[in-house]
This record gives sequence, C-alpha cells and structure tokens, in this order.
Amino acid sequence: MRFALSGEQEQFSRSLHDLLSSLDTDTANRSWAAGDHGPGLKIWRRLAELGVTALAVPERYDGLGATPVDLAVGFERLGYHCVPGPWTDTVAVLPSLLDDELLTSVASGETLASVAYAPHVPYALDSDVADARLAVGNGRLRAFTPGTLLSSVDSSRRLFPPVTGDDLGTALDADRAFELGCLATAAQLLGAGRWLLDTSVAYAAQRKQYGREIGGYQAVKHLLADVATGLALAEPLVHGAAVTLDRRDISAAKVACGDAAHLAARTGLQVHGAIGYTAEHALGLRLTRVRALVGAWGTPRFHRERVLS
Amino acid sequence: MNLDLDEQTLAFRDEARSWLAANIPAEPLKSFDTAEGFAQHREWEAKLTDARWSVVSWPREFGGRDASLLEWVLFEEEYYAAGAPLRVNQNGIFMLAPTLFSHGTEEQQRRILPKMARSEEVWAQAWSEPEAGSDIAALRSTATRCDGGWRVSGQKTWSSRATFADRAFGLFRSDPESARHKGLTYLMVDLRSEGVTVRPIPQLDGEPGFAEIFLDDVFVPDEDVIGTPGEGWRVAMTTANNERGLSLRSPGRFLAAADRLVSLWHDADRPAHTADRVADAWIGARAYQLYTLGTVTRLADGAELGPESSVNKLFWSHLDVALHETALDVLGPDAELRGRWSDGWLFSLAGPIYGGTDQIQRSIVAERLLGLPKGAR
Ligand SMILES: Cc1cc2nc3c(=O)[nH]c(=O)nc-3n(C[C@H](O)[C@H](O)[C@H](O)COP(=O)(O)OP(=O)(O)OC[C@H]3O[C@@H](n4cnc5c(N)ncnc54)[C@H](O)[C@@H]3O)c2cc1C
Repeated sequence: MRFALSGEQEQFSRSLHDLLSSLDTDTANRSWAAGDHGPGLKIWRRLAELGVTALAVPERYDGLGATPVDLAVGFERLGYHCVPGPWTDTVAVLPSLLDDELLTSVASGETLASVAYAPHVPYALDSDVADARLAVGNGRLRAFTPGTLLSSVDSSRRLFPPVTGDDLGTALDADRAFELGCLATAAQLLGAGRWLLDTSVAYAAQRKQYGREIGGYQAVKHLLADVATGLALAEPLVHGAAVTLDRRDISAAKVACGDAAHLAARTGLQVHGAIGYTAEHALGLRLTRVRALVGAWGTPRFHRERVLS
Repeated sequence: MNLDLDEQTLAFRDEARSWLAANIPAEPLKSFDTAEGFAQHREWEAKLTDARWSVVSWPREFGGRDASLLEWVLFEEEYYAAGAPLRVNQNGIFMLAPTLFSHGTEEQQRRILPKMARSEEVWAQAWSEPEAGSDIAALRSTATRCDGGWRVSGQKTWSSRATFADRAFGLFRSDPESARHKGLTYLMVDLRSEGVTVRPIPQLDGEPGFAEIFLDDVFVPDEDVIGTPGEGWRVAMTTANNERGLSLRSPGRFLAAADRLVSLWHDADRPAHTADRVADAWIGARAYQLYTLGTVTRLADGAELGPESSVNKLFWSHLDVALHETALDVLGPDAELRGRWSDGWLFSLAGPIYGGTDQIQRSIVAERLLGLPKGAR
C-alpha cells in the first residue's frame, strides 16, 4: 500500500501548472464562449506537447497508456486553470470507446471529440469544434450531427443537442468510458475548487476593511477553513477511485468534489464581495464552471444512488 | 499509487479478524461510564492484552506487536466492523502513550505502559479547568517544588472517565511568575493520593462520563514528571496532535457506523427523504479512510503530524454528528428510544467540543495551513 502520488505524477502536475500559469486561459475561455476557438486550440496544442492528449491512448496508437491516476492528476490541473474545450470527451472518454487509428490523431492533439452519453450527458460539448462526434447508447456508438447551440450557465461550455445518425458498431468499453468521464469531471471540480480557495485566501490576506485584512476576521477565516477541509477530504476520494475504478468510489468522488467545489465557489464569491460578481474577474469563470460540472457526467442524485446501491 | 496489501499485512488482518470473531463478547458490555460497565471493560481489555491485541503498534516489550501504522489502521477497521467494545483506556493508550514514547524516560515507559495496555491502570486527561477550556494556557492549577517532587493544588474539570480512573495526566503551573505557555509542567497524578477529590458529573445521558478533580496539596514524585519541568507546553502539543489526529479517531469507527447506517436504511425500506444524507455519510467515511491512508503513507515517508490534524478533527466531528442524526431520521418515531443509535448520537454531539472545539480547529486551519493573518485567540 502506498497511497501517495509518485514523483513523476507530482512532476507532471507541476509542469502542467507552470505551463498553464504562463498562458492566458481566462482570455481563451472568453474567446471560446464567443465562438473564437483560436486561443483555446493554441492551449490544446501546447498541452498536447506535454502529453496530456495522449494520456489514455494505448501505446500502439502513439499514446502513453497512462493510468487513471495520471488522468486524474492531469484533469485536476485542467480544472484548476479552467481550460476550455472538450477535454473529458477527447482525453478521458474516447480512448475507451474505440480501438481505432483515429486515436493516433487524438494522441497528437489534432483530433478533438465530442461525446453524448444518454441519459447522463444529453448535450454534447463543443461539437462545433470537434471532428469526432459520437453518441453512446446501449453499448453502441452512433455518429451525430450537432443541433442548434444551447447556452450553458458557463458560457465557455458550448452545448449541442445530438441528432444521431449512422450506427458505428459496438463501443469498446462503454462502461469504462463512462466511469472515466465521471472521474475526469470529479478531478476538474477538485481543481476548480482549489483555485477558488487559493484565490480567496490570497484576496482575504490583502483586502483591508475597518483597518485590517479581512482574512484576520474569524468569520472569514472559518468559512475558508471549511472549504479547505472539504477539498482536503475530496482529493483522496478522487485518487482512491482512480486506483480502484470501483463504481461506488467513482460516485463518491464525484459527489464529494462537487460539494467541495460548490462550497469553494459560494464562499469564494462571498469573500470577494462585489468584485467577484463582475464579469471581469476570473472568479466567475470557475463559479459557473463548477455549477455546470456538478450536473455533468451524472447528477449528484444519480451518483448518490449508486453509492447506496 | 496503490491500495494493495502485501502478504504480511493481509495475514495480520486475517489473524485479527478471526480472533475478534471468536472472542468478542456475545452480550454488549454495559457503558464504561457505570461502575459495572467499567469493570467489564477492564476484563475485556485484559483479554485483548493476553492475545496481544490491545496495543498492536507498540513495541513487543510493552505488550504490543510492533505493528506498522497501516496495520494499526486495519486492525481498528476490523475491531469496529466486528462490533467490539469502545476502549475504556483510550486517553491513556492513544494520548498519553504517544507522549511517553516521545518524551518519557525509559523507566517511565517500563513502569507505566504495560499496566496501561491491560487497563490495570486507566488514565484520565486532566487538562481543562473551570477558567481554562479552549484557552488551556490560562490554567491556574499549581505545582510547587518540594522534597523529592511536587505539591499540586487546584481544580481540573470535564475529565473523561475520571470517575472510575486510577490516574490522570495534566499540565500545572510550576513557575508562579510565568504566564500563558511558559512555566508549565506535565505531571502524572495518582487519583488515589491523599488530597485528591473526584466529583463525578453526569453527562447528557445521565451517566458520570466525566468528573471534576479537586487537588489539595497532592504529592507527585519527580519520577512522574514527563519532560523537563517548565516545558510542559511542548510535551502537551504531542498529546493534542494525537487527540485531533488519527490516533484517537481511526476511520474504522466511522466506516463501521456508515456501513451499519446504509444497512439500516435498506432495512427501513429506503426512506427517500434521507437517501442523500445516508449516501453522504458513507462517502464521508470512505473519504476519511482514504485520507488516513494518505497520512499513513506520508508518515511512513518520514513526515510529521502538524496542524493538518485539525482538518481531521473538524472532518470527523462533523461526519459523526451528521451520520448519527441521519440514522435517527431514518428510524423515525423509534429514534427517541434509547439504543445504539441514540446513544451514539449523544456521544457524537461532544465531538465538536472536546479535544479543541470546531471554532478553535477552524482558526488553526486558517492560520497555520492557509496562512491567513493571526487574529485574537
Ligand atoms: C464529552 C466531553 C469530554 C471531555 N473530556 C475531557 C477530558 O477528558 N479532559 C479534559 O481536560 N477536558 C475534557 N473536555 C473538555 C473540553 O476539552 C473543553 O470543553 C473544550 O476545550 C472547550 O472548552 P470549554 O468547554 O471551556 O468551552 P469554552 O472555551 O468556554 O468555549 C465556549 C464556546 O466559545 C467558543 N470559543 C472559545 N474561544 C474561542 C475563540 N478564541 N475563537 C472562537 N470561538 C471560541 C468555543 O468554540 C465554544 O463554542 C471534555 C468535554 C466534553 C464535552
């Protein structure tokens, strides 16, 4: 038993963090929301160079054949930096659906995928920019064409109702694909929550009212301590689920990360006050992303039911 | 990263599991907050000790098995999953013992630990005073130098198990000129000594689970000082981290309770209005188990327990209350009947108070882990 990330995993997380800190993901999100995918795709390619898109692709298709734990580590950082794009669909889900040459171009970062997975993923993400569009149902794959763009509470998540077309055969492992979609979503929630906590702590330490930093007031401290506790206990669930891939563990991780990130978002907004409510501030990007991801890849209700069954 | 157990650990766990299955008292013991229950618990502890299951992580010479921290966590899981009795000497075994291992002399370890292991001597923690609860450094009880030891006077309160316990450990002001954290000495006091009066205090359930201890010029020999006189605060921090951290509350207790709650909910025809909270209790217990395995790995790598033990304490104290309140809601009108769940609920309510209140833990997390500015405390 060794329940800790390996040195390589820690290093991978740091490299991702360093790269993403040097890129302007906030602007990329805003462009993406407006339908300009350029800046977001640039980030996609930079991350592909670090191997993120190749993580779950088998080695025979030039992938890394990495473990679900590696995947969780990567998605946690994608969530922290609120990277736009169909990352879950392409990187976590697609490689479990197909055994196909297409994966070579997924690994290299050229192909983006958009996956609908009824009933838990009724609207496909970013189908306008994705080249591969797959609807999963009853273990089978179908191609789909995107219907009219729907607006999400998180404007950088561009959702499309899938209009299903040709049957493409049996999915390689539809169940595993679903579990990995849930896991990747949980990890992104964890990352988003961490960003919200870090940013709120930093703000509370410098914003002054009544002659002192607001973070010196116990009422504010205690709110943030609860956020820190929630996130600290959600993380091992994500890693544990990635190790066991047990349905109950995956659902536990999804629920706990959703709750912890939601608390981080609500608290973060409260601690920031009005500045956090503005569209200029990056806080809103995470706040709406968290709300969207809480219901994506299985609602809390669905996942709690799985925990109990 | 893996959760696999090696052969040796698996064998340890299986041995514990079969021993417990064969030896757990058929009838639940009476509460150790009653005289009769206390005696039953001493017997149980002696039985545990004879089979070397009382203090598995201690060195063999003191009655342990030299078990690793991981093995201890697994033992605790087996212990509570099997429905074994609460540990009457938990203050001794989980708080004083780690303190003695870090700061005690060899003589003290040899003299005290074996009797503690079999609960021949049951220990009480005498920290709180009427004017010093959250703010322990405000304590006033004094220790005055005398020939061969110290003369101790003052009043301690809320001391768990002190009603029937044999000995107590606590902090005393040994330098009358000192203030706050300075000039304190960590002493072990025999509760049968002349000058000691113990007044039991009934708790919410009516049983005398804790007590006041009045000390009137009580003699404590030098051999019962832990660490250097005047530097008791540093010693006390070892005890506190153990109390908040994982040793006092291993995940086994919560996991066993959460599993029982899930069964209770299924047996009660899955009342829909409690479904989410039942699921959350299980999720919380699983989270705490995995979090602990992470801590075990870090400690094995040489890390030390620090302020993150306050994260532990905050988490499990909330989990325990939520879990029990949920169970009562699942039970419906029967919830008010005295029984395992209502007793567990009453017990859980103290979690956010003892060992440092939730408010104190939150301030520690905010200041020491998040680095927020220090405030009045
Ligand atoms: C069941 C039980 C068993 C116990 N067992 C033992 C034992 O074995 N040995 C022992 O020594 N003690 C024991 N205690 C006592 C326990 O440690 C104290 O109750 C605890 O430290 C709180 O102190 P207090 O009760 O005096 O409350 P106070 O310190 O008076 O606190 C009252 C309220 O004020 C809040 N508060 C106080 N200071 C601050 C601050 N700076 N910031 C924010 N809020 C604050 C507290 O959080 C609390 O809500 C036990 C208590 C219980 C309930």
